[in-house]
Amino acid sequence: MSILDYLTRNRNKKSASMAKERLQIILAHEHTNDDAPDYLPALKQELLAVVSKYANIDLGDIKVNLDREGGFDILELNITLPDQEKKPKTAARR
Amino acid sequence: MSKVIVVTSGKGGVGKTTTSASFSTGLAMRGHKTVVIDFDVGLRNLDLIMGCERRVVYDFVNVINGEATLKQALIRDKAYDNLYILPASQTRDKDAFSKEGVGKVIDELKESFDFIVCDSPAGIERGALMALYFADEALIVTNPEVSSVRDSDRILGILSAKSKRAEDGLDPIKEHLVVTRYSPSRVESGEMLSIDDIQELLGIKLLGIIPESPAVLQASNSGVPVVRDDDSNSGQAYQDLVARFLGEERPMRFMGPEKKGFLQRLFGT
Repeated sequence: MSILDYLTRNRNKKSASMAKERLQIILAHEHTNDDAPDYLPALKQELLAVVSKYANIDLGDIKVNLDREGGFDILELNITLPDQEKKPKTAARR
Repeated sequence: MSKVIVVTSGKGGVGKTTTSASFSTGLAMRGHKTVVIDFDVGLRNLDLIMGCERRVVYDFVNVINGEATLKQALIRDKAYDNLYILPASQTRDKDAFSKEGVGKVIDELKESFDFIVCDSPAGIERGALMALYFADEALIVTNPEVSSVRDSDRILGILSAKSKRAEDGLDPIKEHLVVTRYSPSRVESGEMLSIDDIQELLGIKLLGIIPESPAVLQASNSGVPVVRDDDSNSGQAYQDLVARFLGEERPMRFMGPEKKGFLQRLFGT
């Protein structure tokens, strides 16, 4: 290790441990989704199609989560509806 | 009992073909009858790394389609007569692989070879899935770098879910970690993931460390697998790897930085 390396060492020291931390987080996250059924994205799309008949929402407003608790699979749906001021699409169509 | 070993990684450019070539040559050097199959349809390169590119007449897809016999398609290595190469097709596309077709060829190879090494293409598409489907063991080639580690993790998931062993409910594929392009001095200065980091992240047993070395490029330039270069550290590292695979105890070398002289230490290289 040269003098130059030694001087810049502290700055570099962080990058490998940053890599490790980032990987630990992303791999853990990806593993929780491992056995999620692959119909979830399609389910989201179809929900969007149905709900947007009545309210003006987009894909980001739908949260679908699959959890496992004591032998039960819990499908959690969370749809955020827009503020009252925005007119729903159905009203506009009439 | 012959063994099918897939060399895979998910990510491209990490050293799958280099590892396949050196691993299979190493097995043959130790006296085992070995065949290495290129699964990278459309982008064949194993023939170049093995130095037999001008002797390719028929390929894997020809054999699957019954246009050639296995005997016609297999290329015998010039240096080791117990080593054979089955090249990939350069012109077909990856849909040429059917599970039945590939399985039939592998079954036929099992009759006369101790080891069948499958060089997987990058990615997780058909070619890669076919390369791992029939495997008994797997070499996971990983670079000490974030995208490579993540892709290796993904491939481990696929090995345990989509292989024949998984589908048939047999013992899972035995997984071995091979870390390539490792640079101990960069690990020491904290700018590269260490072997311990990678092992902790992926959770599989380490089979070998191949240090970053100019010998690997020189070997591919000349079409002689680097395992045959006794003088280079990567050649020795591949020899160690093969010995460990065959059950020999060998200490891990090339984990620490090379010893340098005083002046080199002061001014770097």
